[in-house]
Amino acid sequence: AFPKRVKVVEVGPRDGPPPEKNVVPTAVKINLINMLSETGLQVIEATSFVSPKWVPQMADHTEVMQGINKLPGISYPVLTPPPKGFQAAVAAGAKEVSIFGAASELFTKKNINCSIEESLERFDEVMAAARAASIPVRGYVSCVLGCPYAPPLSAAKVAEVSKKMYSMGCYEISLGDTIGIGTPGSMKEMLTAVMKEVPVGALAVHCHDTYGQALANILVALQWVCLPPPLSVVDASVAGLGGCPYAQGASGNVATEDLVYMLNGLGIHTGVDLQKLMDPPPFICNALNRRTNSKVSQASCRL
Amino acid sequence: QESQASGLPEYIKIVEVGPRDGLQNEKVIVPTDIKIELINRLSKTGLPAIEVTSFVSSKWVPQMADHKEVMRGIERHPGVQYPVLTPNLQGFHSAIAAGATEVSVFGAASESFSKMNINCSIEESIEKFEEIAKSARNMDIPVRGYVSCALGCPYEGNIIPAKVAEVSKRLYSMGCYEISLGDTIGVGTPGSMKRMLEAVMKEIPLSALAVHCHDTYGQALANILTAIQMGVAVVDSSVAGLGGCPYAKGATGNVATEDVIYMLNGLGINTGVNLYTVMETGNFICTALNKKTNSKVAQASFNTGTIH
Repeated sequence: AFPKRVKVVEVGPRDGPPPEKNVVPTAVKINLINMLSETGLQVIEATSFVSPKWVPQMADHTEVMQGINKLPGISYPVLTPPPKGFQAAVAAGAKEVSIFGAASELFTKKNINCSIEESLERFDEVMAAARAASIPVRGYVSCVLGCPYAPPLSAAKVAEVSKKMYSMGCYEISLGDTIGIGTPGSMKEMLTAVMKEVPVGALAVHCHDTYGQALANILVALQWVCLPPPLSVVDASVAGLGGCPYAQGASGNVATEDLVYMLNGLGIHTGVDLQKLMDPPPFICNALNRRTNSKVSQASCRL
Repeated sequence: QESQASGLPEYIKIVEVGPRDGLQNEKVIVPTDIKIELINRLSKTGLPAIEVTSFVSSKWVPQMADHKEVMRGIERHPGVQYPVLTPNLQGFHSAIAAGATEVSVFGAASESFSKMNINCSIEESIEKFEEIAKSARNMDIPVRGYVSCALGCPYEGNIIPAKVAEVSKRLYSMGCYEISLGDTIGVGTPGSMKRMLEAVMKEIPLSALAVHCHDTYGQALANILTAIQMGVAVVDSSVAGLGGCPYAKGATGNVATEDVIYMLNGLGINTGVNLYTVMETGNFICTALNKKTNSKVAQASFNTGTIH
C-alpha cells in the first residue's frame, strides 16, 4: 500500500526565508544548505532567481548558488521566474530549475497580474532554453486544494494545469496545498483527477501544515496509489520554515523532520539520516531567532 | 456521502479530555471556577463526552485537588457524558458521592510505566480496577478503560501489540464498555498504529475501541486517520491541544480537538460538534492560562478571521 522509497525534496532554503521577519544573511543560507547536504537529502532547493524588487530575501541568489558546496549525487534546483531568472541561474551555475503555475485564476491574477494561460506562456522561453541546455525543469502548481481568494477549486482544473506544465516539458509536477486547507478526502479527489493526465511517477505533493493536516494528507497521497509506480516524492522544509503569507502567525510548510519520522516509522526508505537532520534546525532557528515548527525537534530537545 | 464511499465511519464520537488530561499536564494550577467555565462552554459545542476531572489524591496530582467542587459545580447537559478518572475504589466512591455517573480506569501496556506511574504492577492494577468494575456494575455506572503506552513506553521503548491486546482484553472482560488505546508519548506512526489495532481487534469488538493519540512527534492526525480507516469510530482529543508531555520537556502532548474536527469535517464525517464554538472555547482557556493554543486550526483561523 506504500511506496518502498520516497524522495524528499527539501525546500527550506528557498521557501523558508521570504516570509521570515528577519533578513537571512548570505553566510547563514550557505551554511544551512551545506548542513542539509550532509543529511542524506537528495534534493535541496537552494534559492530563487527572482528580482530583489519582489523578494528582497532572495537578493543574494547568485552568491548563495556560487557559495554552496555542491555534493555529488545531490540536486540543487532553483526557482527561475521570468523574464531573466533562467539566464541568471545558469550563469550562476544552476543545473536544475523550477517554474510556478497555479490552479486558480484569481490567485494568478492577484499574484502576477495575468491569467494562468499567460503565466505559462511566459515560461515558454525558459522551457526552450532549458531543453537546449539539457537542464531539467520542475513545475509547481499552487492552490491545488484551495485558494485564499476563490471558492473551492475543481480537481479538473488542477489536472488541466498540471497536464499543461507536464506537456511543456517539466519532468516533475509538485502539487501544492498552498494555504494548507486540504484534508485527506480532498487530497485523494485531486490526485485521482491529476493522475488521469500526468503519470504518477512524475507527481509530487507539497503540503502546508497551516491547519495541521499536512502529514495526514501526505499519508493519503502515499497510500492512495495501488498500481506501481506509486506517488513517491514529497516536499518539506527543515524546521517547518516558511510561514503562510495568507494567515498571519499561522504555520506553513510541513517540517522535514516530522515527515521523515513518519516515513521511518512506516519503513519507507528516504536515504535521510534523521539524527543528522536534527543539526540544521537549531542552527537556523537560532540564526533567525525563532522557534522550530517541528514537533520532532521540540520533543527531542531534552536540554 | 463521501465518508461512506471511502469506507470511513459515518459518525465519530469525540471524547474531550482537555479538562482532565489537558489541565493535569499544564504547569499552571487552574482555578476551580475557570475549570467549571471551561467544561460548561465545552458542553455547548455538541461534544458528546467531556472528561471532567480525576478523583486522585491531591498529593499525587495537585491540579485535580478540586475534583469534588468541579464535579458539583458544572452544568450537566442532557445527552452529554461526564466521565471522571477513578484510580481506586476510594476514588470511585468519592466520585459517586460527588455525583459522577461514569468513571474511567487507567491501565498500561508496560510494566515499567505501571510501576512508575501508579506504583504497582499491571496485574495489581487490574485487580484494583476489578473492584471498581464490580461496584460500578452494581450501581449501573459505565466504566471506560484506558490502556497507556499502546505504541511505546518512555521507559521500555517498543511495546508489542500482543501485550496491548492482552491488557485491553482484561479491561474489556471486567466490564469496561470502551477501551481507549493511548499513544502516551506520541511515538507511534501509521504502521505501528495499524499493527497494534490489528492485534487488539482480534480480542475486542471494533465498536468498543477508541484511540487517544498524542501529538508529541506531530504524528497524531496521521495515526488517527489510520485508525479511522480501519473502522475505529471514537477519538479522544483536547481543546486547544491542552496538556504537554511530562516525558519530553517542552514537547506538546494531546492532539487538538479543533484540528481533529477540521480533518473529520473535511472527510465528510459527522461528529455533531461545532468547530467554531470549540475554537472559541479554546481561545477562552488559552487566555485564562496565558498561553498560546496548540491547535493549528485555531492559529490559522484567528489570524485570517476566516474559517474554511
